[in-house]
Amino acid sequence: MPTIKTEALTHVYSRGSPFEQTALENVTMEIARGEFVGLIGRTGSGKSTFVQHLNGLLPPTGGRVLLDGADINADKKRRREARFRVGLVFQYPEYQLFEETVYRDIAFGPRNMKLSGREIGERVREAARFVGVPETLFDKSPLELSGGQKRRVAIAGVIAMRPEALILDEPTAGLDPEGCASILRNIAAYRRATGATVLLVSHSMEDVARIAERLVVFDGGHIVMDGSPAQVFSQAEALRAIGLDVPVVTEIAARLHALGVVVPACCYTVPQLRNAVLALRGGAADA
Amino acid sequence: MLKDITLGQYFPGESFIHRLDPRTKLLCTVLYIAALFMAKFFISYALMLFLLVFSVAVTGIRPSAFLRGLKPLLLIIIFTAVLNVFYARGGTQLFSWWVFTITTEGLKTAFFMVLRIMLLICGTFLLTYTTTPMALTDGLELIMNPLKKLRVPVHEFAMMMSIALRFIPTLIEEADKITSAQKARGANFETGRLTERVKALLPLLVPLFVSAFRRADELAVAMEARCYRGGEGRTRMKKLCMGARDFLTIAGFSVLLAGIAVLSSLGL
Ligand SMILES: Nc1ncnc2c1ncn2[C@@H]1O[C@H](COP(=O)(O)OP(=O)(O)OP(=O)(O)O)[C@@H](O)[C@H]1O
Ligand SMILES: [Mg+2]
Repeated sequence: MPTIKTEALTHVYSRGSPFEQTALENVTMEIARGEFVGLIGRTGSGKSTFVQHLNGLLPPTGGRVLLDGADINADKKRRREARFRVGLVFQYPEYQLFEETVYRDIAFGPRNMKLSGREIGERVREAARFVGVPETLFDKSPLELSGGQKRRVAIAGVIAMRPEALILDEPTAGLDPEGCASILRNIAAYRRATGATVLLVSHSMEDVARIAERLVVFDGGHIVMDGSPAQVFSQAEALRAIGLDVPVVTEIAARLHALGVVVPACCYTVPQLRNAVLALRGGAADA
Repeated sequence: MLKDITLGQYFPGESFIHRLDPRTKLLCTVLYIAALFMAKFFISYALMLFLLVFSVAVTGIRPSAFLRGLKPLLLIIIFTAVLNVFYARGGTQLFSWWVFTITTEGLKTAFFMVLRIMLLICGTFLLTYTTTPMALTDGLELIMNPLKKLRVPVHEFAMMMSIALRFIPTLIEEADKITSAQKARGANFETGRLTERVKALLPLLVPLFVSAFRRADELAVAMEARCYRGGEGRTRMKKLCMGARDFLTIAGFSVLLAGIAVLSSLGL
């Protein structure tokens, strides 16, 4: 049973004006419950447009979005319900913080769900724990935080609604390597704890290679590849042709392969390559 | 979307009119409007109408764009028409009831009045549809240049206007984005009582203002870093430059104005 499904989804911006632009064309895709999907594609390929359809923020120009088999744009109530079930963290979410305190900002979503005060408090603390926001920051103004902290608070604001599916649009853009890694770890931890479906949009091949189980590649508003990271990253040439690249590790593995070193060509994380190389050296991965 | 409002003003193109200097277009629009106010009778109006239709055809912009622009003013146009029908006196009486009287003169005045308003509006649309806001500000600044002698801060006004124009689409886009982000967290901007709706705007307005101030601050620093210090001694990268086609167009419009003046004095 897929949780999220799109059928021939098409979106045209500014239709009928001289600035008309088709951002999505006939995108059909299924995301099963609990799956961890990475969405990649060059800038302007329609990733953000696509994810904004999944919780009913953008009405499709053509096609449908189904959540557990029901069209989310059928009526107003459904669309609102989809907002809470599918949590969407926008690109640069730190610019949407508005409350006087961090606590109140994280509580905005749960408050809109009309939860009780106790329940809200519980969810805020839980969400803050997931993203690594210490409770000592709760009474600060969001504007006083650093960029990375703001990002975490914004992500917590969505997690606090306990969505069944969590969609993150470039959550690591503009962060330092440690910040990126730690946010990705937080997301993985959230998924382990809740079993939520996760859709991660990213420019960084390294990021998605590290945690996604399935990769979907967008180009010019179409899905051009869909498969496991090993399958997708084995098509290095095709990826380069659409302005993407393979992770550095895959590149190294490919070069080694070309030099005659017998490592599997489908390495895409550091541990995989390390194990492959160690296996070559002496069989045992003793390091 | 919100964005369509401002971007919809300019229709990119390469026509003769698009390529005219903004100063030419500004001047010709003024001449056209002056001629409109002088025109009194059929032949003059026919000439003005023909000129507009011809220009619209030259730009290659769909006429529906102009009609769409007229729509918000429909009420004013109808109001003017009705007022004129009943107010103007003279000619033969066609209809009379209580204080309402319709005469042939009234109908004629109303017709011309409506035509005049429509031509006036479409004429100015012709200017804004074919000129980017930036080009328009540049043109205005150059036309107003002589006022600098009177210590009017022309350059500063023009700079303020270009910055404002430059940031309108940016801020609208940002407002769109923040609205979406808050909706994703269940914000409700559409329903509720008035007080609730005003309160619901906070999650939009606070981030929007924060970001507007941040942008203003960054822009000011960026301008200072490049040694901006007002208009004094400042040169331009893109110099506006009038060519033969500009002088020809201005001459044409001047003749038109004179012609309409003569026609009106002849009662045509
Ligand atoms: N609000 C909008 N109005 C008009 N066109 C838009 C709008 N938003 C996006 N587009 C256009 O739609 C296309 C897809 O944009 P989208 O934001 O979905 O790309 P993206 O894959 O998310 O890119 P990035 O990686 O830079 O975030 C682009 O060509 C863009 O110019
Ligand atoms: Mg995007």
